[in-house]
Amino acid sequence: MTGLIDKRKEAELARSLLKGDEAAFEQFVAHFRQKIFQYMWLMCGQREDAEEVAQETLFKVFTKLRQLENPENVRAWVFRIARNECLMLRRKSVFAPLQELSLDELLPTSKQTGEGRKIEIADWSALPEDGVLRSELREEIERAIQALPEIYKSVVLLRDVEELSTEETARILDLSIDVVKARLHRGRLALRQTLDAYLKRPETGGYQQ
Amino acid sequence: MSEQHESADCQELFALLSEYLDLELPEEACAKMQAHFANCPPCVQFVESLRKTIQLVGRYHPGVVPQPLKDQSKERLRQAWERAQGF
Repeated sequence: MTGLIDKRKEAELARSLLKGDEAAFEQFVAHFRQKIFQYMWLMCGQREDAEEVAQETLFKVFTKLRQLENPENVRAWVFRIARNECLMLRRKSVFAPLQELSLDELLPTSKQTGEGRKIEIADWSALPEDGVLRSELREEIERAIQALPEIYKSVVLLRDVEELSTEETARILDLSIDVVKARLHRGRLALRQTLDAYLKRPETGGYQQ
Repeated sequence: MSEQHESADCQELFALLSEYLDLELPEEACAKMQAHFANCPPCVQFVESLRKTIQLVGRYHPGVVPQPLKDQSKERLRQAWERAQGF
């Protein structure tokens, strides 16, 4: 996850912020500015736009602070504001064309062998389950996320990177729960396909830690 | 020659794999999925690669950080915060 601090600590920060705690202000700004910046940078790939959205989001967050009903939900609340700020910024520029992924294209392929039908898939077993990602793999994941069509990327980032729930993601993006689930699945499948191709490359040689 | 992984069962369950991994499937659908996996090694292999994808994305975080916040920008945020508190 991208968080410098977890959701529980974020809620504590939000409560302190509401009480006028100066140290909480400093920490809240540093933490959420980085989080929003990184999310927007992955969404649009433009540093300047990401910085502008982060700044304007925080301004709106502080302006509307009294409307934060439940500090436990501060992450989802901030991202909802960030999403609106992003839309405002996008109105000033050209919208990227809406691109959709077909489920059929994300289906695995298989072939008949002497031992029956086998799926064509890389060897994923060598990938470590935890620890810091090796830089080459990290860059590959970054490229794969950035290449996702926007409607899938926004859902994947909120669900799998920011660890927000399906319901929170639906509220942030103004989507139904079913649409969030469908886009999340296609986005994940597309990432899986890209990473599978990476793991199959001869120069990757399977995954060597 | 390659072709799509074409079994009707596999294709039907394929659309539900994320919900399965997120533990959001109703019990009955989950049991059906597990029964299918017991007899379909290709699907097991595939769902494992999807599970690892989700896990990798969860462990990923961007290396980029924003430029240091300018004093003027921070002051604007502080004023908004103070106004919200009724200072």
